[in-house]
Parts: sequence; structure tokens; C-alpha cells
Amino acid sequence: MQKMTPTEYGELVKKASPNSRSYRTIPMAFLVGGFICALGEGLRTLYLSWGLQEDVAGGLVSVTLIFLSVLCTGLNLYDNLAKYAGAGTLVPITGFANAVASPTLEFKQEGMVLGMGAKMFTIAGPVILYGVLASFIYGAILWVFRG
Amino acid sequence: MAKRQGKQTIRLERPVSILSYASTVGKKESEGPLAPYFDVTSQDNFFGQKTWEKAESEIQRSTLQKALEKGGLSAGEVDIVFAGDLLNQCIGSAYGLREMGIPFAGLYGACSTMAESLILASLLVESGAAGKAAAVTSSHFCSAERQFRFPLDYGGQRTPTSQWTVTGGGACVVGPVGEAPYVKEMAIGLIEDLGVKDMNNMGGAMAPAAVSTLSQFFTDTNTKPDQYDLILTGDLGLVGSELLKQLMEREGHPLGSRHADCGLLIFDREQQQVDAGASGCGCSASVLCGYVLEKLRKGELKEVLFMATGALMSPTSSQQGESIPGIAHLVHLSNSPTAL
Repeated sequence: MQKMTPTEYGELVKKASPNSRSYRTIPMAFLVGGFICALGEGLRTLYLSWGLQEDVAGGLVSVTLIFLSVLCTGLNLYDNLAKYAGAGTLVPITGFANAVASPTLEFKQEGMVLGMGAKMFTIAGPVILYGVLASFIYGAILWVFRG
Repeated sequence: MAKRQGKQTIRLERPVSILSYASTVGKKESEGPLAPYFDVTSQDNFFGQKTWEKAESEIQRSTLQKALEKGGLSAGEVDIVFAGDLLNQCIGSAYGLREMGIPFAGLYGACSTMAESLILASLLVESGAAGKAAAVTSSHFCSAERQFRFPLDYGGQRTPTSQWTVTGGGACVVGPVGEAPYVKEMAIGLIEDLGVKDMNNMGGAMAPAAVSTLSQFFTDTNTKPDQYDLILTGDLGLVGSELLKQLMEREGHPLGSRHADCGLLIFDREQQQVDAGASGCGCSASVLCGYVLEKLRKGELKEVLFMATGALMSPTSSQQGESIPGIAHLVHLSNSPTAL
């Protein structure tokens, strides 16, 4: 084979690789993501109309959405929707719930401890770790500057 | 005796015969354009088993069993089986062939395993070290996804360059004398790495290896692409096939319409939503043992170069920032035992 540098080849690969169809993926992400958020808003209005406090209603909205996401993951629906929705199903809280539920289901074959237990947070774990770390740093900054 | 010809090619002075062959595929593959050619199709991707790994082992077992049946052979007549798959420690093959009672040599060549196993089986038979030898290769979409990517129910979106791992397998039994198809020549590939790091662009990572083996084969044998009816690559998919075409022209061996890729044959890319095509060692294995060998036997194809391509990375090497080394092994299959 004639000599070729990785840079030259990288250019060829880039040219031969099809791009994401963003004219389709972005509107789909907007619509599905928007729908999930609208559903959350709808639930909040409903819970407030039942006479619940603002913060209780907010918490309950999260719990409901997480429940729905986990249920849809178990029924094999969430990944099929995500195939079209992309970031629309990834970004809302439902995406996070799916990221915990899917390895839990997948690795139950390896048992309750080393399978489900150990693998449950393989995808969500880093998000939790760095989320906690970021909020700690944010809290520290707030504490210093607010006195 | 097998003779070395040029740098990488080995020519069998007495071509060996593929006595029988069989293929197995899962549900999605059985809905694709090659559906009528497969021997065993299962609508249940668990193949009656409890885990995906066991399902893959069942593919290995049932495919070899089917190949033996089709050839009127028993396991006891086979002196050695070369087998491989994509799973860690090749458990698909080891557990699948555990009860077969055939001396077993496990192989890992990633998606190049079908060609690798067929080459080794043919060489052993031609040398007389084995009376009959078998080659078996499989992959399973679900067992591969959980090992290399994400859980099945994870809501991710596939990139347009990604390829869909085939659930399926192929098996051949090789013997010293028999009818078509014949194995005449073979070339063991070099590990080629041009720095592609994207696990979702295997075709791009493997194309240089395919070019390397194929152009060396043409040089070694002093033949041209148009002397073959079909030059079939394993799983370069859409991106890799395009790169192969461009690079072979640059090498002075334009492939023209002779080239096809198993990864583009097995699924209807648009309808079955597989992005850049199919991959997995079961892809080339099932297409070879289902479609190609049958056409060679009937004489509908006369001279075929079958080149299975593999990406030799692991999730660990990728996470450590390594690029993806590619490999391609070539087998020259023919309808006639005489030289080209």
C-alpha cells in the first residue's frame, strides 16, 4: 500500500463520512424535548390545582416523569423514541432516569450485586459525581462571596 | 503443498473443497434482502436461551450442526474446528462448541474471523494434518452492544457512520477432495492503522487494511480485479467501501463494479435503519456461508475474492485514546479447482 499519513487519511475519511441529518434531528429534538417539558408543566399545573405547595408539586413532577421514563425503558419504548428524538429525550430528567434504568435491566443477567448493583450507575455515575462536585464548588464560591 | 507466492499470498497446489456450509441469522437479518439464502433463521433473538451470550453460543452450535447435517457428516469425522466471535475470551465459540467433541482452536480476529478460520482450516487440510476441518464464526447484536457500547434500552442516537452488528453466524467444513466451491489461495493481512479513533466509524478504520491485503494479493498473484467475478469485503459498510474504492484506484487496481460488501448486502440500509450498513463477524460469515458459497457451488459465481475485515480494538484501548488497528484476510474461492 502506498504511503499515506494519518492526517491525509483523516481528511479522506471525513469526506467519505455522511453528516448527521441535522435538518431532521434538531427539529425532532426540539419537538420531543419540548413535549416532555410541556408534559412536566402540565403535571405541575395539575398538582397545584390539587392544592399542593409549589415545592411539593415541583418534586412530584420530577418523580412522575422519572417513573414514566423508567416504565417506558422497561417496555422498550424509550430507546425507540430516542432513536428519533436524540437530545430531546437525553437532556430532560427522563433521559437521566433512562440512563440508570437501562443498565439495571441489561445487567440483571449477571446477578443482583455484581450485575444490577454494580452496573446501575455506569452511565449516570459520572454525571452524579461531577454534578455533586460542581455544586460543591458553586456552594463554596457562594459562601465566600456572600460572606 | 501450500506454496508461498510473493509477500503475503499462499497458493494451495491442491485446492481444498468446502464440503458443506451453513448459515444462521436472527430476526432483523431474516427480514433483509438475503433472507432466502440463510439455512436457519430465528424470530427469537434469544435463540431459546436465557442470555445473549448463550444465544450466541447457540448460533455457533446450531450452525456447525447444520453444516455437518447438510454434508452428511458427523462431528467425529472432523479433526479440528477453528472458531471465533467478538465476545471477551471468545465465550461464544467455547461454550457453543463445548459439547461437540471436536478438537477446538479458538480464534480472535474481530470481524475478520471467518476468513482467518477458513484459511487455517484449509491449510491444515491441504497439508494433511487434518482430514476434515471446520471453521465457525458468529456475532450477536445484543451481546456485542452490551460489551462494546451501551445497554440495549439506553436512549442513545446512532451516528450516520455507525454500523449494525449482525446477529448470525456461518460454518464451513473443509475436506481434501470434493466438489465446488474450492479454496485456492489466501493472503494473511498486515495490521494497518491510519489513526482513526472513532468507534462509530469502523469502516473508515478498516479500509486501509483491506486496501493493503487486496493490493498485495494482486501484486503477488499478478492478477487484476476484472479477473474475478466478485471481490467481496466483510463489513466495510458505506464509508469503508467508498474509501476502499478510492484507495484501490490510487494503488492502480480500480475495482469497478466487481466490489461488493457483505455489510451493504445483508440489510436494506434505509428501510432497516442501519446507518452505514452492517458489521460483526457474523456479517461476513453468514453472507459467505449463506449466499456466496451457494452461488459458487451452482456456478453462478466462478472466481471470488472473499476478504473479511476486522477492527482490532477493545473498549479499553478506545477509552485510553488509542486508534483502531484494522486487519483483512483474503481467501480466493473458486468454482473450479484449476488455476485462474
